[in-house]
Amino acid sequence: MNRIQQLFQNKKSNILNIYFTAGHPNLNDTEIIIRELSGAGTDLIEIGMPYSDPLADGLTIQQSSSIALKNGMHLDLLFEQIAAARQHTEIPLIMMGYFNQVLQYGVDKFMEQCKTSGIDGLILPDLPLYEYEKDFKNIFEKNNIAISFLITPLTEEHRIKKVDELTRGFIYMVSSNSTTGGGSEINQKQKEYFERIHEMNLKNPRLIGFGISDHASFNNACQYAQGAIIGSAFIRALDKGKDDIKPTIREFVSQIKNDPIVINQVQ
Amino acid sequence: MYKVDDRGYYGKFGGAYIPELLHPCVEELRRNYEKIISQKDFQKEFEQLLADYVGRPTPLYFAKRFSDHYQANIYFKREDLCHTGAHKVNNTIGQILLAQRLGKKRIIAETGAGQHGVATATVCALMGVDCIVYMGEKDIERQAPNVKRMKMLGAEVRPALSGSKTLKDATNEAIRDWINNPDNTHYIIGSVVGPHPYPEMVAKFQSVISKEIKKQLLEKTGNENPDIIVACVGGGSNAAGAFYHYLNEENTRLVAVEAAGLGIHSGETAATSVIGSEGIIHGSRTLLMQTSDGQIVEPYSISAGLDYPGIGPLHAHLISSGRAEAISVTDEEALRAAYFLSRKEGIIPALESAHAFAAMEQMDYEKGDTVVLNLSGRGDKDLATYSKYFEKFNEK
Repeated sequence: MNRIQQLFQNKKSNILNIYFTAGHPNLNDTEIIIRELSGAGTDLIEIGMPYSDPLADGLTIQQSSSIALKNGMHLDLLFEQIAAARQHTEIPLIMMGYFNQVLQYGVDKFMEQCKTSGIDGLILPDLPLYEYEKDFKNIFEKNNIAISFLITPLTEEHRIKKVDELTRGFIYMVSSNSTTGGGSEINQKQKEYFERIHEMNLKNPRLIGFGISDHASFNNACQYAQGAIIGSAFIRALDKGKDDIKPTIREFVSQIKNDPIVINQVQ
Repeated sequence: MYKVDDRGYYGKFGGAYIPELLHPCVEELRRNYEKIISQKDFQKEFEQLLADYVGRPTPLYFAKRFSDHYQANIYFKREDLCHTGAHKVNNTIGQILLAQRLGKKRIIAETGAGQHGVATATVCALMGVDCIVYMGEKDIERQAPNVKRMKMLGAEVRPALSGSKTLKDATNEAIRDWINNPDNTHYIIGSVVGPHPYPEMVAKFQSVISKEIKKQLLEKTGNENPDIIVACVGGGSNAAGAFYHYLNEENTRLVAVEAAGLGIHSGETAATSVIGSEGIIHGSRTLLMQTSDGQIVEPYSISAGLDYPGIGPLHAHLISSGRAEAISVTDEEALRAAYFLSRKEGIIPALESAHAFAAMEQMDYEKGDTVVLNLSGRGDKDLATYSKYFEKFNEK
């Protein structure tokens, strides 16, 4: 069992997963961000591998990726930074990026590096289910690296079952049909989608992502899944508070977890 | 042997490496397109529009002065005479008819040189549907006349401001738009790139080019197969169309001409098959220009239509299997060829097509060979560039 599976065994609700783009705002912030997020009570961390052509991402993550690449981020350095951070925390760490990055680095070498540096799982939104099962599943399993596949409101039932069969760790449940960083209000249609998936009794736990940006939307999402993922909102906070990121990170996490926010119910 | 398989692969190239967010859009298309395009009423309307609206068949012209110069029998396939000035409209006619039958009311497209954007704006005007064209900010500057044409045709031109601000980034933006609008929108990709079924679908719509070449060459020479067919390749749609019905005619050599930019090893190039490696771009496993970390490299060519860091998976397969030969032509060689063709035959080619003509200077061929050069587009849009370099490269 790896750290992701352990987490979901010990904690069943309100799981907070935070995403950041490695190399942003500064090249060598990776270790500080991981340690501060972990110290502030985040349950899971997604480390974005900055990519030149992030198709599934909205403007915020695109921009953080270009900044990270301009800062000089590359995979060998990132693995070193992760290994250094791993000395100080047992929090589950996931890398998220695009499949071409893994393919070009070499799938075997990439998996070995994940294992050595302390990565527990991967999210590769453009790796197809069929190709994963045929060509790469064995390598993931051999290295005990979990993989999360995505589902959206338009994913068909037979495909959701396939995702559940192949996922190890958690299913990444995209809240709406959009790129990352969209609006945060959960509407009736989304509620129906969340409930529909809940009733499928999937074997994997689920985290809701895309459009989760504050305490209210986090809490709301947690009613329908084991937890939620925050990305773009955290990157915007880092951009704003980049002169001193430690307090920025602590404040952000505590605001998501604790601060009571009054929601105005519209009749 | 060169046919796409059920999963969208040509050999090891192709497939659909797309985020789940895009899956419903692409899957809807994959499930329906073959059925729709094989229907009688679709084919009838497609052929009618190609004839009456586009002006097909385009001539296959025996270029006497050019032939004398190169001591070969050279024919030009005159795609430059298509309505809107390039082969791109063959595909947009096909895809707009498909979009209508899929019930899509909103069309998006990407464009590099602007030819595909114009061809898309044109068919959207023809059918009365909304049209949004994504175009790199850099391309908007260097292809101003086409931007004006798209606007006049009623399309909205949205600048792509990310990355290198050229074709690949316009494609990214169009894909993101589709992710955000899966229900009412059809994405008309302009080349044989992107996730399955796009490469094969676009190649099929463009295959009218080689279908006509076969018929016309037979009438003119008594033999439907030339010795060599030459076409330029950015993503590769005109080449795919010109090669399509010859893929299994092993005695016809297929020559794909890429843009070398300032030179293959100058760092300013778009010669993908030479300096590229296997990877994934825009949902397709193919050859592309990338770093050892898999970051996509910004390409360069004087021609906006060839300024793309990948090639379609069919071409990756044809080149790596040895079926097609790849030749690289620099900016300077393409310009010289454009001036030469203009003087020799009275035809001003698009900068993209000029690359194919420049290949005559370095290609191996036997004296008396029958060569078909695909003249994919006309040069009106490139006049500013041609005037800029006229004094430097025009040889009397």
